[in-house]
Amino acid sequence: MEYRISVPASEEELKKLRAGDSVLLSGTVYTARDAAHKRICECFDNGEPAPFELKGSAIYYVGPTPEHDGCCIGSAGPTTSGRMDAYAPRLLDAGLKIMIGKGNRSDEVVNSMIKNGAVYLAAIGGAGALMAASIEQAELVCWEDLGCEAVRRLTVKDMPLTVAIDSQGNDLYKLGREQYLKEVEK
Amino acid sequence: MKNIDSKVIEDTVARLCIEANLRLPPDVINAIESAEKAEPWDGAKRILSLLGDNVRIASEKTLPVCQDTGMACVFVELGQDVHIDGDFEEAVNNGVRRGYGEGYLRKSVVCDPLRRVNTGDNTPALLTVKLTRGDKMRITVMPKGFGSENMSALKMLKPADGFEGVKNFVLETVEKAGANPCPPIIVGVGIGGSFDKAAYLAKHALLRPVDEPNPDEYYAALESELMDKINALGIGPQGFGGKTTALAVLIEAMPTHVAGLPVAVNISCHATRRASASL
Repeated sequence: MEYRISVPASEEELKKLRAGDSVLLSGTVYTARDAAHKRICECFDNGEPAPFELKGSAIYYVGPTPEHDGCCIGSAGPTTSGRMDAYAPRLLDAGLKIMIGKGNRSDEVVNSMIKNGAVYLAAIGGAGALMAASIEQAELVCWEDLGCEAVRRLTVKDMPLTVAIDSQGNDLYKLGREQYLKEVEK
Repeated sequence: MKNIDSKVIEDTVARLCIEANLRLPPDVINAIESAEKAEPWDGAKRILSLLGDNVRIASEKTLPVCQDTGMACVFVELGQDVHIDGDFEEAVNNGVRRGYGEGYLRKSVVCDPLRRVNTGDNTPALLTVKLTRGDKMRITVMPKGFGSENMSALKMLKPADGFEGVKNFVLETVEKAGANPCPPIIVGVGIGGSFDKAAYLAKHALLRPVDEPNPDEYYAALESELMDKINALGIGPQGFGGKTTALAVLIEAMPTHVAGLPVAVNISCHATRRASASL
């Protein structure tokens, strides 16, 4: 199935997504990688809120290249999501609903997604120029000292994504491979 | 004897850093296109076609093919009859600094592995120099992303593990890497030498064009067998299932100790980038 989703998305919209579905995502998406996740969790430890509203939010695991004059962003493909696994359940508990990245997630993250009704969408790894084409605006939110890892607020339009793990825990990285082996390699 | 000015080396490295990041080598583009034609699984075929679109968009918009513009692996073949005016290593690092700045490339290097402060200019380069005969200098820049680098592995096998042991270790490493290194991958394999030389061979193997089999028929056959076995794993482009898990397996081997069989697997992504120039 193919869906158009706008952030913030309703619980019902996210619940109907299934691993393997295509999604064109529009709206506000925040960028955060390892270093920013570590700092967000430090905020939690100190009893402070995250530097942006996590409730209903979408986070894209990306560290873009610097923008040319006249462009809002450089190349912007996803980074390996597994490096955020240690932090992701705390963000999901705080209301994060959509994670965007590439590659496998841990059982802890998947269980937390099921508990919190969240989804994990895959962008095309290594296709930084293609992914950048759907980003219309980018502005710095905080932690400029982190360079490419600083938190940015992106406005995206029809960002082409695939549901990698749905809110029931179905995992395309397992299912897609199994189905291919069953039907083609036999 | 030939003199080469260090400023020329700096200019060349700067240019190669930019050139390497904005496009893919023709052999890699051809391999992606051929894989798309041969791919029997629809979803996988679609992703391979999008990878082709990505290369075209990068070229049209002067954008890096991938946002991970990597650590700059710089390989220099240095003729022993060359004299360099000025500081060679400084020239290479100045070239990387300028290339990553002027080319709007991402600065992805931290000054210490544990204290982790970004150097801000993507230096230092990972520099490897090999002396050759003659009075030429050949410089190759391979920007290496870490999504794939992180999935690489090394094992000190026993001589008794032999041919089968090597095959199993390569397959095990690719299987474990799964979707993380942005498949379809290019697999560099180093066999023999010592702990460090095996790793060097695996990285150096990634410099070979993917359409050139190993000149030694024995290893060419092993490359071909491993390629078939990897592409029967079903991981597929992006790990969503499909035939095209790898675009190539590239092996380099060298003599080793009677007691050892070191094997290193250096995984590279579909955006395997390199650019060369001769001075």
